[in-house]
This record gives sequence, C-alpha cells and structure tokens, in this order.
Amino acid sequence: MPRLRTPLGGTAAVLLVAVLATAVLAPPLWGEKAAAAADTANILQGASAAHWAGTDGLGRDIFFRVLVATRLSVLLALLATGLGVLTGLLLGAAPLLVGARVGRLVTAAVNIAVAFPGLLLALSFAVVFGVGGTGAVLAIGFAIAPAFARLTGTLVATVAERDYIAAARIAGVGRLRILVRHVLPNIGEPLVVNATVAAGGSLLAFAGLSYLGLGVQAPAYDWGRLLGEGLNSLYMHPLAALVPGGAVVLAGLALNLTGEAVARGIGQTTPLFTAVRRRRPEAPLPSNQDSADVVLAVEGLHVSFPGVTPVRGVSFTVRRGEAVGVVGESGSGKSLTALAIAQLIEEPGQVRAERLEFAGEDLRHGPSRAQRRLLGTSLAMVFQDPMTSFNPTQRIGRQLAEPARAHQGLSRRRAFDRAVDRLRAVRLPAPERRAHQFPHEFSGGMRQRAMIGMGLMGTPMLILADEPTTALDVTVQRQVLALLEDVRATTAAALVLISHDITVVGQVCERVLVMYAGRIVEDVATAELSTAARHPYTQALLAAVPHLGTDRDRPLTVIPGRPADPGDTPVGCAFAPRCAYADDLCRRADPPLEGGVACWHADRTVAPPGPGG
Amino acid sequence: MSPLNELRFRDVSVRFGGRRRGVTAVDRVDLTVPAGAVVGLVGESGSGKSTLARAAVGLAPLAGGAVLLDGRPLPRTPGRHGVQMVFQDPYSSLDPRMTVGASIAEAAPRGGNTTAEVARLLDLVELAPERAAQYPAQLSGGQRQRVALARALAARPDVIIADEITSALDVSIQGTVLNLVRDLQRRLSLSMLFISHNLAVVRYVSDLLAVMYLGRIVECGPVDDVLGDPQHPYTRQLLASAPRPGGIPTALTGAEATLDSAEPGDPHHPPPGCRFHPRCPVGPLVLPGRDDCRDTEPDGAQRRHQAACHYAAHASEQHNTRSTP
Ligand SMILES: Nc1ncnc2c1ncn2[C@@H]1O[C@H](COP(=O)(O)OP(=O)(O)OP(=O)(O)O)[C@@H](O)[C@H]1O
Ligand code: SF4
Ligand code: SF4
Ligand SMILES: [Mg+2]
Repeated sequence: MPRLRTPLGGTAAVLLVAVLATAVLAPPLWGEKAAAAADTANILQGASAAHWAGTDGLGRDIFFRVLVATRLSVLLALLATGLGVLTGLLLGAAPLLVGARVGRLVTAAVNIAVAFPGLLLALSFAVVFGVGGTGAVLAIGFAIAPAFARLTGTLVATVAERDYIAAARIAGVGRLRILVRHVLPNIGEPLVVNATVAAGGSLLAFAGLSYLGLGVQAPAYDWGRLLGEGLNSLYMHPLAALVPGGAVVLAGLALNLTGEAVARGIGQTTPLFTAVRRRRPEAPLPSNQDSADVVLAVEGLHVSFPGVTPVRGVSFTVRRGEAVGVVGESGSGKSLTALAIAQLIEEPGQVRAERLEFAGEDLRHGPSRAQRRLLGTSLAMVFQDPMTSFNPTQRIGRQLAEPARAHQGLSRRRAFDRAVDRLRAVRLPAPERRAHQFPHEFSGGMRQRAMIGMGLMGTPMLILADEPTTALDVTVQRQVLALLEDVRATTAAALVLISHDITVVGQVCERVLVMYAGRIVEDVATAELSTAARHPYTQALLAAVPHLGTDRDRPLTVIPGRPADPGDTPVGCAFAPRCAYADDLCRRADPPLEGGVACWHADRTVAPPGPGG
Repeated sequence: MSPLNELRFRDVSVRFGGRRRGVTAVDRVDLTVPAGAVVGLVGESGSGKSTLARAAVGLAPLAGGAVLLDGRPLPRTPGRHGVQMVFQDPYSSLDPRMTVGASIAEAAPRGGNTTAEVARLLDLVELAPERAAQYPAQLSGGQRQRVALARALAARPDVIIADEITSALDVSIQGTVLNLVRDLQRRLSLSMLFISHNLAVVRYVSDLLAVMYLGRIVECGPVDDVLGDPQHPYTRQLLASAPRPGGIPTALTGAEATLDSAEPGDPHHPPPGCRFHPRCPVGPLVLPGRDDCRDTEPDGAQRRHQAACHYAAHASEQHNTRSTP
C-alpha cells in the first residue's frame, strides 16, 4: 500500500487491524464467557460494571457476544465477497475467454443484473438457496457479482485494446494464459480496491439478512442476529442493539476506508486533467499590459526531481502571435519546459527560474487564485498522449463538452454543439456521428485530432502544443498545422510547438529553439535553418531525417551514441560524447548560449576530424 | 533454394459493426508482397492500413477474400505462424509487467534452449543479452522497438508486418531502427509490409509502394515510379503534402484550396463512384464533364500502377508514349 502514511490511511489501517485481530482472538478468549448464561436472574439487564452492554434474554453478556461474533460476521462477509469477486471476474473476462460473440451475451446479461437492486437480488437468492448461512453467502456473493463483472469487463476491455495483448495473441499465446499473465496483473490494483469496498458492503448486507432472519440461524450468531435480538428490547435497554450496530458500522468503515486509502495511494488520476485546462474565456484579460508584446518570458528555468535536473537553465521569450518551435530528442526537457510554464509540475518536482512571466504575471511562486484563472483562461495545452488521453468508457463528444460545461458555464446542448464544431474544425469526418462514438472506435489519427479539438474548446492567448501531429499522416498533419496557423491568425494567440521533428517545426514556426540535455543549444530563424544552423547537434538532426531525395543504397546518417541521460549529464558540453568536433575545452566547460548558439566551436570552418572521432 | 514467402491479399474485405452503422474498413483489396520484397503502404488516417495489417495476422475478421502465404490461406485465428507483426507504439506493445526475456520467450516455439534463443534474438536486434532481465520501463523507446522486433522474429516468420514502427520514436533513433529493419530484412530475406505515414521513410525502406484511400488501394507500383510519376490524383496530393526541410507550406490556390478544406473521406459513407471525387482536384467538382467519376467506380487493373482513376493513363498508352522518341 503505497501511501498509508496519510491520516486516512493510518485510520484505516488501525481499524482494519483491530477488526481482524478481534475476529481471530475473540472466540478463544471470550467464547465461553459469551456462551455461558451468567445467571437466570440477570436476563435482559441494562449496562453495568459486570456487563458493559448488558445481558440478553438468556442472561449472556452482550458485549462479549459482539466481540465473539466478529469472526463469523467477517468470515461470512469475506466468503461472500470472494465468491462475488471470483464470479464477477469470470463473467467480466468472458469476452476474452470465450470470444466476442458469447462474450457480448454475457455482458448484456450482466448489465441487466446490475440494474437490479442488490438487496432485492440477495433476498430472492436467499429464498432460492434456503435460509441459513450458506444460503446468505451465496445470495450476497451473487448479488455482488454483476457490479464486479461490469467493472472487470470495462477494465479488461481497456487492457485488451493494448497492443501487447494483440502481440501475445499473434505469438500464439492461449486465452487463459493471456488473462492470467497479461490482463490480471495490469488491472489488479483497481480490482483490489473495489473488492475491499465490496467486502464492507457485504458485511452490511449480511447484517441485514441475519437481522431479517434470513441469514445465520441459532445457535450460531453474528452481528446481524445480535442486532435483531437487541432491537426487540430497544426501549428497555438500547445498548443491546447499539453495540452490535456499532460493530457493523466500525468494521464496514475499516474495510471501506482501506479501499479508499489504497485507491488514493495508487493515485487514480483523471486523464482529462492533464489533457486540457481552461476556464471561462469570457473572463476579463489582465490589466497590466505594459509588457505589451511579450506573452511569455522565461529566464534561467530549472526543473528538478530528486537526483536529476532535466531542465537546466532555459531562457526564451514568446511574443504575441509569434510561433516558436522547440525541437529535441525525448528526454531533452521539451515537455517539462512546457509543463513548468503551465504550472503542471507536481511534487516532488521543483521549478526554479529567474523569470517566469505569462501575460505579465509572475508565476514563480506558484500561481495565485487569480493567476490560476488567467492560466485557465488564456493558456491551452495540447498533448500528444498517444492512447491514454481519452477515457475509454465515455463518448468523445461528452469528453470534449464536459470541461466546457464545467468551466465556461455552457449548457449541455451548447457545449456539445461546440464540441461537434471543434471536431469539425480539426477535420474529423462526420463530426456529429463521431461525437457519439467511443474512443476505441476511432483510428489512431482520429483520436489525435479529437485531442487537438479538445485543446481548442476555448480561445487561448498561448497554445502550448506538445507533439500534436506526431503519428498523423502527412495530409492531416498539414491540415492540422494549417489549423494551428489559422487559430493563430484569427486569435493572435502565440504558439509554442514542441516536436522531435525539425521538419514539422520548420513548416509553421518563425523561430526554432533546439534543446539538448535540458538546455537550449541553438536559437535560429527557420528560414536559415538549412543554411545557417551552427550547432553540430542541429546539423546532425537535419542530416538524420530522411527526405524524398535520400540515397536509398546507403544507411541513414545516424547520430552516434545515446541521447543524453538527464541523470548523468557530463561536466562540459552535454553533446561532447556524440560530437565530432569535441575537444578538451568542450569536455571541460559547458558553452553558454551566445549569439543564438551554445557551442565553443560554432565558428569552426574545418570538417570534423573523422567519423565518430 | 530461396524460400517463397509471398504474401497475397486476394479480394480482402474487413467490416466492423452491424449492417446499418457498420463500416467497411478494407474493401476488396488485392495486394501482393512478393517474396523478399518490401511493400510500403501509405494512406491517410482511417484509410484502413492498420486494419489490413491486422487482417493479415488474424486480428481482424475477414468479411470476404483470403490472405495467402505462398498460395495457401493463412489460418483465420492469430497464432504462431508465418506472419508476425510489429506495432506502432513500443510503450503499449510490451507488457509492462513482463521482463524483456519473458516477452520474447513467450513468442518463441516451445522447447529448445530458451535463454540461448532469447540471447540470439537480442543479438539480432543489436541489444546486449543482459537486457533479457530488464523490464520495458527500463528501456528507451528505440530499445523497446528493438525488443518488439525481436519478439516478432522469435516466431521465425516469413513475413513481417511493420505498422508505423518508427513514428513513436525520436528522429535520431528512427534512423538506427530503419537501418536495422532494412538490414534484417535483407539478411533473413523476409518479405515485409511496411506501413508508415511518412513518405520519405517509406521510400527509403520499400521496393514497391501502395497507396490506400478509404479502404481501397488506389495506386501500386515500384516506389520510384510511383513517386516519380504518380498516376492517381490522391498520390499526387500526398506527395505535395510531404514536409520538406525548410519549406514553409505554400498556401494552396483556387479550386485546390476549397477542396482541401472539404471533409476527408468517411469510411462509414464512402462516396459513390470514385471515392476520391469530393476531394479530387481534377475531378467533377473542378472540371466539368467528369460525371463518370461520380457514378462509376474506376478500375485500375488495366492502368499504369493500377491507378484507380478514370483519367489516369492506361498502362499500354503510357508505355507507347514513353517508347515514342
Ligand atoms: N474495432 C473497430 N470497430 C469499429 N470500427 C473500427 C474498428 N477498428 C477500426 N475501425 C474503423 O475502420 C477504419 C479504418 O481504420 P484503421 O485503423 O485501419 O485506419 P489506418 O489507415 O490504420 O489509420 P491511421 O493512419 O490513423 O492509423 C476507420 O474508420 C476506423 O474507425
Ligand atoms: S561545444 Fe564542443 S562538444 Fe559541444 S557541440 Fe560545440 S564542438 Fe561539440
Ligand atoms: S476518377 Fe475522377 S474523381 Fe476519381 S481520382 Fe480520377 S479524376 Fe479524380
Ligand atoms: Mg494505423
């Protein structure tokens, strides 16, 4: 359990341990006391020093009986949960196990069963299976199963979409083996969480059944039966009912809280949050417009995590309406720079900067409320996020509309219309119909376009687009780039386009910032990229991209060595281990960004000493 | 002597969904990947490239036609047979909870020395044998894609289907993976269907080029011929959209601009006649009198590059005009 050291986690753990310890220890310790009739003179007594919760109709101590009943109550609840979870798992995994057609039937049946009220289901099962403990276990178990089956079904569907499942099937791995080896381990966490919560629920349900006389039968007793007996004499001495009731609540709470704590520890974050942040665009723009032209000013930006500093002093400014490209390999710090600007770096990440201003507002000390609103208003982020950017269980249109409803106060209808309009704007075919579809019904490219449509639900001052067209085909890529151009022209929004593909950036941006190992190593006008790029890394990047004239009989030019490791940056120039021009100076001292380039030998006229030299 | 690893799609159709809301993602496709050759497949998003690929390995159900390996139909369920696939996203195509070695071993035929086999395969993709004990999270994107390649090779396939295998990779890494793929393909004389949206990448790897539009192959021929002398208007459009270094895209003019903002084709409702006609710059919306484009589906069989366009040159005509001095 990853984060039990929260107040919630602590409480849950203490409660759970107490309940389980009681379940194990109470019967041997106090079993006799609880069974023995103290004396017949003492029946139906109220609370006293001898009997803390009074005595029952046979003069037995209620407090001890409640303690002893813990074992049976918890055991039965766990048995029922186990049965329910197992049945649910099998039903939920049916589409995977027996094929899509039969699976669909099972899923339909499960959906009908889910719609039935659980207790009603349990009651009718109790009648079918007969009155008694076994009947109740079966009843509650099967009552839990549908909800669990549905959960499992949804989770399995998400994982089954993943390519590694397809890869395993192509490799001839059997269905059961796929379920056990690939699917279950990857959906285990949410299942465990929900099973814990279900155990709490079945504890309550059991108490209910026993109370109604449908559960545990005399002489065995659980909390529900004690509760029932206590209620008979509620007016004479209420503790007889309150103590078993309290035990049910406490144990239920222990299980539910544990589930909650585990869920939080696992950190079930909503994918939508990282996808797009924005709030009412009709809110007034900030008044201090003196730095008029500059939308974004960054100086000496550092982003660090414990032990690594992936962004090491990035400085640049973006003017109103300007399009700036940022290129670099993965791990070069492009995305972290964007996240730092959008204030999306989370603990334990640290952002440090000499200057970090968006629309004239200093964001260095964590945004204030007003600044958060400003960011929400005028900053749009478009992420690449290949498969996971959408919730697989919700229709696309709704996912686009939902934030707009929440933040822009649009009505359901208008938000949905806007979503359709944005889907059309990103050239999704048949947007009305597509808006009603689920993410898995979209091809990869379409999902990406819908994602961009989501980024354009508002009207931003700055669009931070992180790899928005990666994996789009060329016609769509050109259209999407044209779309970003369009938005820029009509709204005067500035654009920061992050990409690993220098050709893409070159298409749209006036300026390109080349990043390597957390630094900007070159800042060059796009028009001069092919002629005036001076940094060896920029030149290598330009050479490594195959183009329509590349010689097919020769291997592609590759940049030797590995991309820089943010955890292990060399002392001098970070590119030195891969650079053909590196010398002692390069390995000793890190070159500063001067005149648009950070290289000691930017003005070299000589050819490199030799391949890989 | 040389193995005959010809992969042939014969009149293949794939449908998803029911009769009314369904979509024919792949529609009567004929395509041959000759033994030991690489066929590049390009086309816009949603045109059915991945579906065709998945049909070849049994992951998508055939609604018609057959996929043949050396003339024999492939089994219709996925399994360890002659056609293996490498997926686009190396982050989702490897099980995060399995070691590299286990993932590869799972795909290898049972029996024999698994450790040695895994080491051999890792060596083939230029990774150190120690990698076998690592988890995908410990590898870079390029390394993961090498592992995915090793897993595909583990089943000792005759044909490899590569679906956008470099588009999730950095450019500096893309080059090394492409070099590796080309090298392996030649050394093991594999046949390969290479899908990519990047024309320059496809051109670099492939011998033949097939262009797909709305579930149909609209042009197919030797890669240099198709790119040097595209016959189908859609191929020409693709070529024009390819990003060029340093070239800021020039605004389209006139008719082409209006067409460009037309909605891309919707496979749920393919247009009648020529499927490209609502977007065709030399089609009925631009040139009067080309009404046949609207109501007759063009057949490419007799044309140069099998271009499915009424107004593409006939193979024989082209040949004649070419040979005329
Ligand atoms: N499982 C499915 N259910 C319903 N429709 C599907 C399914 N898989 C694909 N489709 C549809 O089939 C069509 C072709 O999709 P496919 O993924 O083959 O396209 P693609 O050419 O590979 O596109 P991309 O370049 O975006 O990867 C699309 O309209 C898509 O929505
Ligand atoms: S400073 Fe030296 S090592 Fe770094 S890029 Fe310039 S020449 Fe290469
Ligand atoms: S058949 Fe007509 S519409 Fe279709 S591609 Fe040819 S010219 Fe264009
Ligand atoms: Mg695809």
